[in-house]
Amino acid sequence: MTGNLDLLTATLAKTRAEGRAALIGGLPAGFPTVDGGVTALRAILDSGADIIEVGLPHSDPILDGPVIQTAVDQALRDGTRIADVLHTVRETHAATGKPVLVMSYWNPIDRYGVARFCAELAEAGGAGCILPDLPVQESAHWREHATAHHLATVFVVAPSNTDARLREVTAATTGFVYASALMGVTGARPTLSTSAATLVERLRRGTDLPICVGIGISTPAQAAQAATFADGVIVASALVQTLLDTPTDPTAPRRLTTALATALHQT
Amino acid sequence: MFDHSFFPAAKHGPTADGYFGEFGGKFIPEALTAAVDEVAAEYERAKVDPAFTTEFEHLLAHYAGRPTALTEVPRFAERAGGARVFLKREDLNHTGSHKISNVLGQVLLTKRMGKSRVIAETGAGSHGVATATAAALMGLECVVYMGEVDMARQALNVARMELLGATVIPVKSGSRTLKDAINETFRDWVANVETTHYVFGTVAGPHPFPAMIRDFQRVIGVEARTQLLDRTGRQPDAIIACVGGGSNAIGLFHPFLDTTARLIGCEAAGHGLTTDKHAASLSAGEPGILHGSRSYVLQDDEGQITEAHSISAGLDYPGIGPEHAHLHTTGRAEYRPVTDTAAMRAFRLLAVTEGIIPAIESAHALAGALEVGAELGPDGLLLVSLSGRGDKDMDTATRYFSGATA
Repeated sequence: MTGNLDLLTATLAKTRAEGRAALIGGLPAGFPTVDGGVTALRAILDSGADIIEVGLPHSDPILDGPVIQTAVDQALRDGTRIADVLHTVRETHAATGKPVLVMSYWNPIDRYGVARFCAELAEAGGAGCILPDLPVQESAHWREHATAHHLATVFVVAPSNTDARLREVTAATTGFVYASALMGVTGARPTLSTSAATLVERLRRGTDLPICVGIGISTPAQAAQAATFADGVIVASALVQTLLDTPTDPTAPRRLTTALATALHQT
Repeated sequence: MFDHSFFPAAKHGPTADGYFGEFGGKFIPEALTAAVDEVAAEYERAKVDPAFTTEFEHLLAHYAGRPTALTEVPRFAERAGGARVFLKREDLNHTGSHKISNVLGQVLLTKRMGKSRVIAETGAGSHGVATATAAALMGLECVVYMGEVDMARQALNVARMELLGATVIPVKSGSRTLKDAINETFRDWVANVETTHYVFGTVAGPHPFPAMIRDFQRVIGVEARTQLLDRTGRQPDAIIACVGGGSNAIGLFHPFLDTTARLIGCEAAGHGLTTDKHAASLSAGEPGILHGSRSYVLQDDEGQITEAHSISAGLDYPGIGPEHAHLHTTGRAEYRPVTDTAAMRAFRLLAVTEGIIPAIESAHALAGALEVGAELGPDGLLLVSLSGRGDKDMDTATRYFSGATA
């Protein structure tokens, strides 16, 4: 069984052809429960998201702010395992046919085994992995297996990266480039940082890959603004927050997702 | 007074990528790549710049109070098989531990980089106090992240940091101890990297921190080697230090790497290695990635970092510096576990036999010395790092000896 990198690429090509940015939603697996998480992810995809990222909960999420930390802590306390993450990927992709990525810090994959993780993620129908703390110079082993299994390798670049470093990272990237909208951890901010547009412009000079912007985007207005320069908009913390606000209803992210999708269709 | 020899030759690593053998590296978000590279580049320039080394040495001598004494402890040694035991008195440094040497080096580097704010994590509070002290000295803004659990057991150090003008922020996530304080400090750094330097406290973290902090702490061993030779006319048989992240240990060990002396790191075994309440990353952990480098970590079968335990807040950490992992793998250094009980017995023994109250961290090295001395017998010569003083631990010790749970 091969991974769904091609589906991811086709999805981003299709939204680009439609003249709009893709909406990428995200939640950690196992939150609010494993089954509740699948329901919530399906609700996000059914109400307008094009692509989903499933977080692999980790004990030490150094690039995540308090909202995702809270969700991840809960998922780990409830005993969420990598098998649950893969189950979540499988169920979500099977139910929607849309691209499903995993977002994971490096130690869990390193410990689980790169070959085994790639094989199982591909088998579950996954489209690839977002790797926020795997440096490109350490990624050869991962990329060898990801390529063999048709999985995307997505690094998270930042406004502070030099042009040379951006070229180095994007040269090793497949699927899309994840551009951090600001210098900071995940979570809502009052306004979209001006550094986002500048970073995307710098990236465009060195790569033809689609560029999706995330970290600090939580409202339809911010999404619409990012969509004027990016190929995709990534929202996770704000969707997690809807589930923290309404813990009994796993379809709680539906309303925000609809609003975000509407904003992207209108730009 | 110094000969710059605490900045070591390249033969002991790391590689340009920051590897000691298979350990080290920089596993960090791209948002920090530029900052970490800037620190590495500035440090490479600074360590060959006479203006930097002169100012660093001046501060070590006239502010920190170096060289620190080397004290022979014969009454304590009677319980250590009659071996001769010398303590390297890092507790006599300004602020009460070895931490100040590293911090002075890093605040000088902060000024060179034109940054105005420093942040730090702290466990026991020693590194936080040292950072707050150096920030006050240099006129830098200072924020210290400290686990909520540690703030309770080290209230005196919290008061000291605040008096020194630092802001102490309680960390309420995860284990609410040193590990999570480091996570929170990294999160601050990602957001404020333009103005801020992260004064990392131990020889862990992404390259160049393990190598740079080792170099700043190497003065411990450089001094001790000369002092011990002057007093005894020979090299020690065994060199013993406690290891949490491992900065005092690597500082003492490093100038002896090319001797035949045994290098012995004492890890916190907490309630014992057969329980899950310990902090012995090398004795009971496995290779993994934590806080930006590959080393030994306490983790479960899926790479989740597990919580450490030690009666000593400064050793209560589920990782260890990558150079220690390398020395462990090559066999050049040996690491042994020391329980809370053994450490507290040594803590009291040093107090009543020598009139020195050690930090509970350092008491782990003293407990190791009692074992190693007994193994070596009366001909043995031991050099032990007394990395800090015990004033901060009086509350914990009082409760421990009165039978209350720590």
